[in-house]
Amino acid sequence: MACREHRLVFKNIDVRGYTRDIACYQKHGGYGILKKGLAIGGPAIRDEVKKSQLRGRGGAGFPTGTKWSFIDPTKTTKPIYLICNADESEPGTFKDRQIIYKDPHQLLEGMILSCFANGVKLAYLYIRCEFTEGWKIMEKALEEARTAGFLGKNILSSGYDLEIYVHRGAGAYICGEETGLIESLEGKRAYPRIKPPYFPAVLGLYMCPTIVNNVETLCNVKHIVEMGGEAYAKIGRPNNTGTRLLCVSGDVVRPGYYEFPVGALTLGQLINDVCGGIRNGNRLKAVIPGGSSAKVLKAGEVYKIKEKGLDGKMMEKEVGLEDLRLDFDTLAAAGSMAGSGGVIVMDHTRDMVECLANISAFYAHESCGQCTPCREGVLWLKKILGRIAVGHGREDDPALLKEVADRIAGRTICAFGEAAAWPVQSFITKFKAEFSARIARNGSASRRDTISLLH
Amino acid sequence: MSCCQTLPMNPWNHDVAKDEKDLIDVQVDGVWLKMPRGLNVVEVAHRSKKFIPHYCYHPKLSVVGNCRMCLFEMGTPKMNADRSPVLGLDGKPEIAWMPRPQIGCATGVTQGMGIRTDSPLVKDCRNGVMEFLLINHPLDCPICDQAGECKLQEYSVEYGTGASRFVEDKVKKPKNVDLGERIVLDDERCILCSRCVRFSSEVMKEDVLGFVNRGSHTTLTAYPGKRFDSPYSLNTVDLCPVGALTSKDFRFQMRVWFLKETKGFCTSCATGCNTTIGSREGKIHRLTPRENESVNSSWMCDYGRLNFRQLDSSDRLTRPLLRAAGAQFPASWTDAITKVADGLKNVKPEEVAIVASARLTNEELFVLGRLAKELGTTQVDTVPHHGTADGFLRSGDANPNTRGAELLGLTSGGRKIISWEAAILTGKIKALLVLGGEDVATTGISPKALAQLDVLIFSGILGNETSRMAHVVLPSTGFAEKTGSMINGHGRLQRMTRAVAGPGEAREDWMILRDLRMALTGGNSLHSVEDIWKAMALEVPQFAGLSWAKIGDLGVQLETRSDLSERTLVKA
Repeated sequence: MACREHRLVFKNIDVRGYTRDIACYQKHGGYGILKKGLAIGGPAIRDEVKKSQLRGRGGAGFPTGTKWSFIDPTKTTKPIYLICNADESEPGTFKDRQIIYKDPHQLLEGMILSCFANGVKLAYLYIRCEFTEGWKIMEKALEEARTAGFLGKNILSSGYDLEIYVHRGAGAYICGEETGLIESLEGKRAYPRIKPPYFPAVLGLYMCPTIVNNVETLCNVKHIVEMGGEAYAKIGRPNNTGTRLLCVSGDVVRPGYYEFPVGALTLGQLINDVCGGIRNGNRLKAVIPGGSSAKVLKAGEVYKIKEKGLDGKMMEKEVGLEDLRLDFDTLAAAGSMAGSGGVIVMDHTRDMVECLANISAFYAHESCGQCTPCREGVLWLKKILGRIAVGHGREDDPALLKEVADRIAGRTICAFGEAAAWPVQSFITKFKAEFSARIARNGSASRRDTISLLH
Repeated sequence: MSCCQTLPMNPWNHDVAKDEKDLIDVQVDGVWLKMPRGLNVVEVAHRSKKFIPHYCYHPKLSVVGNCRMCLFEMGTPKMNADRSPVLGLDGKPEIAWMPRPQIGCATGVTQGMGIRTDSPLVKDCRNGVMEFLLINHPLDCPICDQAGECKLQEYSVEYGTGASRFVEDKVKKPKNVDLGERIVLDDERCILCSRCVRFSSEVMKEDVLGFVNRGSHTTLTAYPGKRFDSPYSLNTVDLCPVGALTSKDFRFQMRVWFLKETKGFCTSCATGCNTTIGSREGKIHRLTPRENESVNSSWMCDYGRLNFRQLDSSDRLTRPLLRAAGAQFPASWTDAITKVADGLKNVKPEEVAIVASARLTNEELFVLGRLAKELGTTQVDTVPHHGTADGFLRSGDANPNTRGAELLGLTSGGRKIISWEAAILTGKIKALLVLGGEDVATTGISPKALAQLDVLIFSGILGNETSRMAHVVLPSTGFAEKTGSMINGHGRLQRMTRAVAGPGEAREDWMILRDLRMALTGGNSLHSVEDIWKAMALEVPQFAGLSWAKIGDLGVQLETRSDLSERTLVKA
């Protein structure tokens, strides 16, 4: 299988001579799709998005067309808001920032089309606080788009009005959780809301119907309008359509960001062919396939995956780690998730105790503290792991870690509980011997400087 | 269960269904019941005689679902292809149970919903939350004021584990934080349920409290530059399910399990907030609001709550006093009553005036009415006391029983009293009987006029300018020291029971008046509050059919009577 990139969203990213100003964007056909979209009308765009089977690129992979269909612009009396979630902060993920920093107008065009499709008159771009440069870039791009008449009153004489504002985030991972984001945008602590009743489509921003979409998702809308939903759905695989931005980090020769049709290549192809294999000639030990909250996959694992065979019947086959197809359904069937597209590769020199301690330190720092299991449990996980890492582990610790994680996942207000618990559950289950060995040789100094991360 | 009436002061009333008559089928722990549609699962469980533990949920505050203690197992009816429910062998709908537990506080019941409140999953959820809440808790129960009425303690016993698996260092947070004039905060005890934050912003409409920092380091605090000095701040001490917020007045004073609880109501204004009086060995230690949706919901003001301290005053009158040779000397009750009776016998009926008090109970006022009739005087009035209505619970009428005095015909709202100064100075009034500890100087009767009186009798709990000039001082008892009823500003008849005895020889006013009547006329049939009620029920139309027992703990709304009130009163 050829492992050539299929650059759709990243088409102009890093292309020599391509700049982020509107003139360059327009020279490359920019805002032409907006004209097309305005001509075919909102319902037609929604229809195309539904046909495209586009799934959200933020992490949960929820079908975008379905999300939009929860809101009927002809029936609601309240304003409808659209929010672009540009609070990219999942460890291992750095795709949205490429778009924001290098091709901001693509995002704006996708956003304007999505707003038009859903009868949105006011939209927000919620950008991660740490993207200081990105914020300035987006402000400038918005100004350019306004001047050019792509925003504001009567866009391109279509009679459609839209304003977009950039809102800088509050410096917390939880601001990326869509209801936390909405609270933060309203000027409050980014405490995720309870669902029910606060589903954004019903009671979103200022208790009005609200659509929250990821940066990459909104960019894809532009391409769907351009090529039509059915054509878009032909990229990738059924129910896993389009392209996917993959961010590879860790122990590979060529880490970086790549764009492939969803499911077009396997994990092994990504690591070995695209990224040049494991660096220093080391062996693959583990992969986290969808951002740090995804469950870890261990080298040598074999998964039983059901899929449609050539005869159209569902059949189960055994698939090794490196043969796992990188799409939503396959990774879910393997017990992990495609998540945010952040692929973290670990070679055999990595100490799993320290890797997990590092991940848990992040989640303990980022728990918003609203609900009990996450607030108290995640810091507890971090403390136990830190203790093991510095050589004070106890025999019962692996079992305790697992039990604490089990009591967080599924019992919290938002998915942060799972995000913090899944790494622990999977590391402890899959690398139990390593944890036990570490505890058995208590007292000896840790090899890497994890301690600085833990305190 | 509270009645269907709800008070406008509360933004939420989750314990009341939108339509109590719109009933649907709900299965609670295997039993099918009829419950109002949309009522949340915590309340449905409560009505099913089941209990779902919770910390953050409060029926009068918004639902935030942060404690996760009310997680339950939820099921929905299995449906056939034609959307009809799948029926089991017992003819009842089959339920498909969700693997993920849901929070009871935010889940309204729907037709055919299944609820499990004690399954293994639910038990594990509760046990987990208990463990999480306690790992960073200081466990300082021996010195904590909340001990004995702490939800952490109670739920630990019910749902927790004896031993802790936590061996790490606990999170350190601020202790002994001076949050406001009457409130102290211990952040390490706080479980971050946000009840106090919500009470302040939603009920008091004042944003003062909030959280800072993140994760396990989240800390409750007042906004920069603000202090939590709300006139209702102490309600947060009641709302706090743990010992994080404590009352400066009550902390370290008494272990709550020693407190005897007596049902009463506050007499600091005409609202009559229902209270629980906590006392031990004759001393009151605290007042807490008692839920009554027709009066005060679950709240009361800090002023009323702390007003019992006047009963502890060193200025309390504890013995009858008689004036002789320009000074007052202690005397026996017998001598004092005889002196009063003799004094009143020596003046003509039209020369007697009585300053009744709208601080007295209906029973006391009724007996006083009889006395006035026997004395033959119609010069009876009360002293108005004006407070400042705050639009919440504090009434503009600082007298607790103005309505009772009106109903029993013992007041003209202070209009009669205005002329008494002149009447005394011209010798038309020679005897003045002052009850309820009123200071008549505030009504325009000067010390000069008082000095001219042949007979000045004073009864009250604290001394004042009037008492110091009186010929006879009769020590009486305060609100928690007597049994009786009053009618609040909205026409609600409420009763209170004596929690503690009065100090020294102080007596309840109705006893003093009974003894005075016996001394004056020799006859009397009113020897108890129940006796007085029997007589009142016969003589007072609005009390017809009522008795002491029928008033009950939550009171009775009296029927609309134009002579009772111009306001619209609603029958409960």
